[in-house]
Amino acid sequence: MAEIMLAGFGGQGVLFAGKVIAKAGMEALKNVSWLPSYGPEMRGGTCNCKVIVSDGQIASPDIAEPDFLLAMNAPSLDKFEGKVRAGGTIIMDSSLIDSKRTFRKDVNIVCIPAKKIAEKIGDGRLGNMVMTGCFISRYGKIPLAKVVDCMRRSVSKAKSSLAELNIKMLKAGYAF
Amino acid sequence: MAEKFLMKGNEAVAEAAIRSGCRYFFGYPITPQTELAAYMAKNMPKRGGVFLQAESEIAAINMVYGAAGAGARAMTSSSSPGISLKQEGISYIAGADLPCVIVNMARGGPGLGSIQGSQADYFQATKGGGHGDYHMLVFAPNSVQELVDMTARAFDKADEYRMPAMILGDGMLGQMMEPVGFFEPKEPEELPKKEWATDGTGMKRKKNIINSLYLESEILERLNIERYERYAQICEREPLFEEINTEDAEIIITAYGMSARIAVSAMTALRKEGVRVGIIRPITLWPFPSEIFARRAANAKAFLCVEMSMGQMVEDVRLAVDGKRPVYFCGRTGGMTVEPDAVYEEVKRILKLKTAGGM
Amino acid sequence: MATVFKRPHPLSDVSNTYCPGCTHGIIHRLAAEVIEELGIEGDTIGVAPVGCSVVAYNFFEFDVQQAAHGRAPAVATGIKRVHPDKFVFTYQGDGDLAAIGTAETVHAAARGENISIIFVNNAIYGMTGGQMAPTSLVGQVTQTTPYGRKIENQGYPIKVCEMLSTIEGAAYIERVSVDSIPNIKKTKAAIRNAFECQLDKKGFSLVEILSTCPTNWGMEPAEAMEWLRENMMKQYPLGVYCDKR
Repeated sequence: MAEIMLAGFGGQGVLFAGKVIAKAGMEALKNVSWLPSYGPEMRGGTCNCKVIVSDGQIASPDIAEPDFLLAMNAPSLDKFEGKVRAGGTIIMDSSLIDSKRTFRKDVNIVCIPAKKIAEKIGDGRLGNMVMTGCFISRYGKIPLAKVVDCMRRSVSKAKSSLAELNIKMLKAGYAF
Repeated sequence: MAEKFLMKGNEAVAEAAIRSGCRYFFGYPITPQTELAAYMAKNMPKRGGVFLQAESEIAAINMVYGAAGAGARAMTSSSSPGISLKQEGISYIAGADLPCVIVNMARGGPGLGSIQGSQADYFQATKGGGHGDYHMLVFAPNSVQELVDMTARAFDKADEYRMPAMILGDGMLGQMMEPVGFFEPKEPEELPKKEWATDGTGMKRKKNIINSLYLESEILERLNIERYERYAQICEREPLFEEINTEDAEIIITAYGMSARIAVSAMTALRKEGVRVGIIRPITLWPFPSEIFARRAANAKAFLCVEMSMGQMVEDVRLAVDGKRPVYFCGRTGGMTVEPDAVYEEVKRILKLKTAGGM
Repeated sequence: MATVFKRPHPLSDVSNTYCPGCTHGIIHRLAAEVIEELGIEGDTIGVAPVGCSVVAYNFFEFDVQQAAHGRAPAVATGIKRVHPDKFVFTYQGDGDLAAIGTAETVHAAARGENISIIFVNNAIYGMTGGQMAPTSLVGQVTQTTPYGRKIENQGYPIKVCEMLSTIEGAAYIERVSVDSIPNIKKTKAAIRNAFECQLDKKGFSLVEILSTCPTNWGMEPAEAMEWLRENMMKQYPLGVYCDKR
């Protein structure tokens, strides 16, 4: 089981990234839950979602101590860093957050310049998928192929080129 | 039920309603249930149904009254403040013996309150939020899958007993996504015909009247008594609940909906430490599964009721336990969620009370 | 012997409960005559309001739903959406339609809901014993305006036909009166136009009928008719306000 918290600004694709993980998780591990924050904070403010993937029953979908925090902006990292389980992993976008800041010592820190990687590939708005790819590699229990497969199946033909771009981002994050 | 979909609770209810043969949805936007209306708006026209955004919650529930009286499976949905507005219509629907389904994805109150999930509408749902002697069936699912299953059941039971049924969820359940499987869709034509409906006499039968007015009190009294005889049968036949680890439980946590899932997290942690904790989760809030509480009171030493409110279901638990055991309460209000740790701590506190002889 | 006058079949063979001199009986009969002449009794579903005509379901032979106060257009909407090929009309008074049910009325019109409304305006709340209605005239004395309706306090009477005729979804709006034989004939023609409008699927139709309430106005029936002509017709001019047939 893994409890994953994704947080960033509204519009960064935080909820979508969570859905990608949940969908692939459903096929790889059976049980998942995806719980978004909602309300006015979705418009420009911070936005988050909590995803649980598990091969057993999921009790509460709410997460008190995430195993993984995917932080896509500084306010989210400030807000949730303290909640991560000791021994857990924080993946943060170092193109948006200063990686020289001090971190907790009892968690693993992955600084990935997700937005910059995405820009280089062709669309800076898809940093969320780079982050997701990075999470998939660090978590290890959801095969990347499953995520890619889900991505291809869940989009309409009209958007298939966007799906392929998303997949490139996922792979880049995975390889980081 | 082979294929599993990852769906929001709100959307899953809408799909389940359509598959239950509901083709008439009347609603009004309010957070956090709007996805339900949006799903209906998108899918009803494709499946031969009607989605209508009404001018108010009041109009929406009265459109449901009209459609239900005309013989169709009809539905409306809202969240707490909007459900308050619907109470007039719900009372009339109960008084006219009409079947329909009302969804409340509840949020913090009173007043405009908050937009986060809450369980503070228990009294309103189970004790008759509108005026007069009446009840509605109240289902309180705790997962997206159970939302689907209970929506189908709500339509069937509403028709069977000719009364309104409510799906009482909360914002969290409406907004969250989980894997869900669906039953085979039912076409409206497959449903039993409602001989009492106002669909035109066709000059072949006597007129049908849908009405809740009785100017002679003797008649109204008789009808209310008859309705309560039906309610008595429902209380006997229809209570639903889930029990987990209650056989040997010293302390029984009771909670419904999302709170019950939080309670399971707490129970798991406590069981690991050898604390004998079990759970009773009412699935129908009306009829309330009183009997199981009475039965478990024989062996359990105390009950702990966990709610996202200041304590509402706890009153029914106390009535059911009937003074035989102490019933404690642990809750958060205003749209805050009870944390498993708080439940864990409360159980520990109760155990200490017991050793001090206070329990 | 030739029958020259009989009860129309859609009107039930029972005594109504209205006060002597009340015009509801005339209007019920007109609605029933039109329904009979159009041959739609078996396809008709009526909606009764809250007010004096609350028990209208007892006086008609077709199916009727009784609605909560002011909600008849919403209830009719629900019925019509389920049975778009059946004939659905509401029968409402001034308090029901123009006070507590204003939103339902305006929005049913705005949607162009294909229903018909018979709106009985007698400028007073009858069933509760003679209180001010939204259509009570300025200066009119009622139980709740014992010193007469004052603009400073209660504002102006609502002109329903004028208001609704500004709405694009309205297809047929006419104001008539039942104060005289010629006007009763015109009322029947108006009801027929409105009902046909629905049968032709043209959208929302409403007939406002100026009526009397001798009991609560404290007048003899004939005197009440005179008062209607002298006072109500000035405030509420008769005529067709909207006709998109």
